Amino acid sequence: MATHRRIDVAKIGEITVVKFLDKKILDEANIQELGTELFGLVEHDNRKSIVLNFTGVEFLSSAALGKLITLDRKVKAAKGRMKMSNIRPEIFEVFQITKLNKVFDIRTDESEAISAF
Amino acid sequence: MGKQIVQSVSADHVPEGWHKITDLPSERGASRLIMEELLDHLGIHGWSPSDIFAIHLAAEEAIVNALVHGNKLDPSKKVHVDCFVSPDTVRIQVIDEGQGFNPATVPDCTLDERLEVPSGRGVMLMRTFMTRIEYSAAGNSVLLEKIRDQT
Repeated sequence: MATHRRIDVAKIGEITVVKFLDKKILDEANIQELGTELFGLVEHDNRKSIVLNFTGVEFLSSAALGKLITLDRKVKAAKGRMKMSNIRPEIFEVFQITKLNKVFDIRTDESEAISAF
Repeated sequence: MGKQIVQSVSADHVPEGWHKITDLPSERGASRLIMEELLDHLGIHGWSPSDIFAIHLAAEEAIVNALVHGNKLDPSKKVHVDCFVSPDTVRIQVIDEGQGFNPATVPDCTLDERLEVPSGRGVMLMRTFMTRIEYSAAGNSVLLEKIRDQT
């Protein structure tokens, strides 16, 4: 399994739960690394059911949104499914403004996200 | 680093507040050279956590756009940042040394056919989170302003 520096990856049954290690996802070099690690879950590890748990994430930039969109596309292309959970209100507002709440499957918490598969 | 100007309380026409002018090097992550101080002063001047989030996001997007799209990370170029924070007004001007762009040509990222395009959301977030944003005619300078909601 690949070593991760930006994310924590756990497996619950067939579902992969990803947590973010950075409170603020804005440094561009870190976002590049984050993208590589997230995409690797789909492209190298063949994970098809992914929950992104945003516990502890206080801030993310539009560059980070771009990585999430690309990840979502990769998961869909691999016939997998991705859900997001534990998003704080300010970040959820960013998803609403950009209408990404229509693209992403957003659930209140991790257990709700897992049971939605 | 840049110089700090503490504005005179006695000046009738200038509101009391924190003012800083600085030039950032055109390298990834350079926004951090001003951001922590800006966030500290937003807190000192009583801005709410949700306003601080909004201003942080808008300032970050403006500076990253200037570094990456404006100056194209050319180390010979600087990004000039002028910040003013008072209890009721935040004004941030970001000027790069690039060719400029026409913000009207940035496509609407919320159109159904563009929802899954990974880039192009920074300008919209700045417009939504700030009271006013204004680009210079040349398009290499953006002024972000937020007036505290009095309601």
